[in-house]
Parts: sequence; C-alpha cells; structure tokens
Amino acid sequence: MSLIELKDLTLGYDNQVVLKNININIEDNDFICVVGPNGSGKSTLIKGILGLIKPISGKVIYNNLKQNFIGYMPQETLVDKNFPASVYEIVLSGTLNNVNFYTKKEKDNALHNLKILGIEKLKDKNFCDLSGGERQKVLLARSLCATSKLLILDEPSNNLDSKSKKDLYNTIIKLNKNNITIIMITHDLDHDNLIGNKILSLREDEIFFGSTKEFVRRIHHE
Amino acid sequence: MSSIVEMFSYSFMIKALIVGILISLCASLIGVSLVLKRNSMIGDGLSHVGFGAFAIASVFNFTPIYFALPIVIISSFLILKLNENSKLQGDSLIAILSSSSLAIGTFVISIFGVNTDINNYLFGSILSISDIDIIISIILSTFIITLYIFSYNKIFAITFDEKFAKSIGINTDLYNMLFAILCSIVVVLGMRLMGSLLISSLIIFPTLSSMMLYKNFKSVVISSTIISIISFIVGLISSYILNTPTGSTIVIINLIVFIILKLISKIKSN
Repeated sequence: MSLIELKDLTLGYDNQVVLKNININIEDNDFICVVGPNGSGKSTLIKGILGLIKPISGKVIYNNLKQNFIGYMPQETLVDKNFPASVYEIVLSGTLNNVNFYTKKEKDNALHNLKILGIEKLKDKNFCDLSGGERQKVLLARSLCATSKLLILDEPSNNLDSKSKKDLYNTIIKLNKNNITIIMITHDLDHDNLIGNKILSLREDEIFFGSTKEFVRRIHHE
Repeated sequence: MSSIVEMFSYSFMIKALIVGILISLCASLIGVSLVLKRNSMIGDGLSHVGFGAFAIASVFNFTPIYFALPIVIISSFLILKLNENSKLQGDSLIAILSSSSLAIGTFVISIFGVNTDINNYLFGSILSISDIDIIISIILSTFIITLYIFSYNKIFAITFDEKFAKSIGINTDLYNMLFAILCSIVVVLGMRLMGSLLISSLIIFPTLSSMMLYKNFKSVVISSTIISIISFIVGLISSYILNTPTGSTIVIINLIVFIILKLISKIKSN
C-alpha cells in the first residue's frame, strides 16, 4: 500500500494555481528527488503534503501515517546568529508531535538520533557555533525524532561545501536503507549523480514522475 | 538603609514595587520569544499605540486602562495579520502604527486639552499605579508563568523554527496570537509605570543581557527574569534615593547591566 497518495491535487495561494492535478503515489521506502526550476512549485508541493497549505482541490491521503508524524527539514532555519539553543534542545523539540513534556523515552530517542548521525559529541554545543554541515545534521536529527517513516527534506544541501554535501547525502541514503521513505527537493541537477529511486520533475510544460533511470534516459534523449 | 525603609512606608511605593516586579517578570518572559524572533519592536509600536489610546481616554474621560487595553490588543492583531499578508515589511508597519498613534495622541491632547501631565504617559509615573493595576498584574503574571510551565517546550520550538513547529502539529497561530495579547497587556500595564517611550526596554534588555551569559534557551529564560526583576528593584530604589524619574532610572540600570555583561562576554571570548 502507498504511504501517501496525491489525488488530483491542485495547490496554490489565494486561488492562484501553482500545481495542477497532481496524481502521485508515494510508496513505502521510496527515495524521491523533486527537481525543477525556481517557482515550479517544489516547496508548494511539500507544504501541501505537510498540510501547511490547504489544497485548492483534490486531496492528500495518508496511509498508516499521521500528518504531523512526518519529519520535515525546512529549506532555511532563519535563526538569530546568537540564538541561545543547544543541539540537544533543538533535537528534542522534534518529539513534540507526540508529547508536551519530555520523558525518558523522548530523551533516549533524541540521543539515539544524534548517535545515528554521528553528532552525539555536539549535544551540548550551541547551534550557532556549528559549521553548516553540522547544523544540517542537527536539523536532520530533529526531523528524525518526529518520524520513523517519512522524511521530507527541502534542499538540505543548500550552502554546503562539496565535502559536507557528500557526507549529508551519504547519511540520507543510509537512512533510506533503514526503511525511511525520503522526499527530497534538490537543486543538484547533475544528472550523473542523482540519488534516489524516483524523480519528480516539475516543469511548466511537463511533469514527470518515474524511476531515476527512466528520467536520466529521457534527459539524454532530449 | 533608612531611606529604603522610609521609601516603603509609602503605599504608592509598595504598589509600584509589586506591579513593577510582576511586569518585569512578564515582560522578560515574553521578551525572550519576541527578541529571538526579531519581533522586539512590536513592544515599542504597541506602547506608542497605548499612548494614543491613553490620550484619547483622558480627553473623553474614559477609564484609561479599559480603553487602551482593547485598542492595543486589536493593534497587535493588526500587526500580526498584516505582517503575514501585507507587502509592507514588519518594521515599516510598526513604524507607521507607532508614529501615527503618537501623532494622534499629541494632536487630540493639543486640541481638547487634558488635566493630566503628558509626561506621565510618555515617561511614566509611579503615582499612577492603582489597585486595579495590581490585580491585573497578578492575574497576568500567573497566566504567563502557567503558560510557560505547561508550554515551555512548544514555545521553544516555535521561537526557534516556526515552520517546523507547524509541521509537527503545534498550533503556531494560536501561540502567536496569545503572545500578541500578552505583550499588549504587559505594555499597557507597564507604560503607566515606565512610560510609553521606555516600556519596550523591559521586553528587550533582559533577554539581550542574558544572551551574553548563557548559550541555551532554558538558562536565558530563567536568567532574563532574574536580571529583569533585580534591575527593576535596583532602579526603583535608585530613583527614590537620587530623586530621578523611575522609568528612565530602571532603563539606565538595565543598560549598565547589559554593558557589563557584554564586556564580560567579550573578555571571556578573547
């Protein structure tokens, strides 16, 4: 059974349509890269799946998944450069979809996710003192605390150097191998290095949703 | 020491102390979130709206607090809503509201005239604290402390990253609205004591000072309330001893604390 079904989904703002009649099934353990030029509706689609905007028409069906149990990593976290928050405080906040107060279970979950991403040593550090790559891992760990099924990542490699980018992608691939479904918006249109098993390409003239291999084949034919 | 004992033999001083401590506590708690979300100028804007409302209330003989409170709360909603939907930048919006309210207040006073000294509204007066202010301050501070105890983690999540907080089902709109209402009440109550030109300092200074000392949210929340209350008490006593205006003395104490902590943090980081 699909994890999420988008049925005739039309999304936009103030009735101005951005994406029209999207029909997609997201299967368990998929790794979908969402690509497309600026303004093509990538972030709008994600907001629609997360329920941050209401569909103009159509619907999003969640199977065995609650909407607020999706781990979301926003494109930018525009925090003050002196924001007083420790890594542990931030990662723990990912569990707030389930509880109001943290118990041992939530604390263990946060520590576990810090460990999985190899950043347990950063636990007591201030978020703003970290490098770009480390920050992204902290935000990824927070998203992991919110879900055990689906991660939605909005351009997670933005502003990262190539080494940190590679490191982050390897981590995401590892998570997918551990049965976490991934939807990732990416600007890295280097087609030889596309990751994931499926591509959703949003272009004005055409929307493509299919296997990565098929996408690459089409691109080479164009 | 004898002047301190003498100071608290006056009932208006006791009232000012109680209301001041409670307002300092509330302002610092709300301030942490407002400052970190870069919304600290909301307090400043609302206090100017408060001035306009107080001026109109005085001219038409309305009870100032009952008239000003709903006006300031409505203005805070307006700022929130227009901030979300308008093409105007948040700070321009606050500037427009702020200067317009100040202008309307001054205009109304100059046309109709009032018995009260306009300086009381601008720079505060400890003599204007009433029993109603004490009751509202106690209710307000009880509510804010309860809110912080029960929703502390959610307040942190919203302050740090509102988009993420929304995605995990936290009702961010409700919290933003709640903070706008609470900020309005703090401003209206506090401006009687501090004045409309100075009340926003109670919201901003304690958080900024605490951030010089601590690098995690919980410590900043706790220390900002402590700094805020101590600065208020020291400011109130100093103003009595030095015979200076209470509001400005409290702001100067807050400024001194901020400068000292900034220097300490600079020395530490070097």
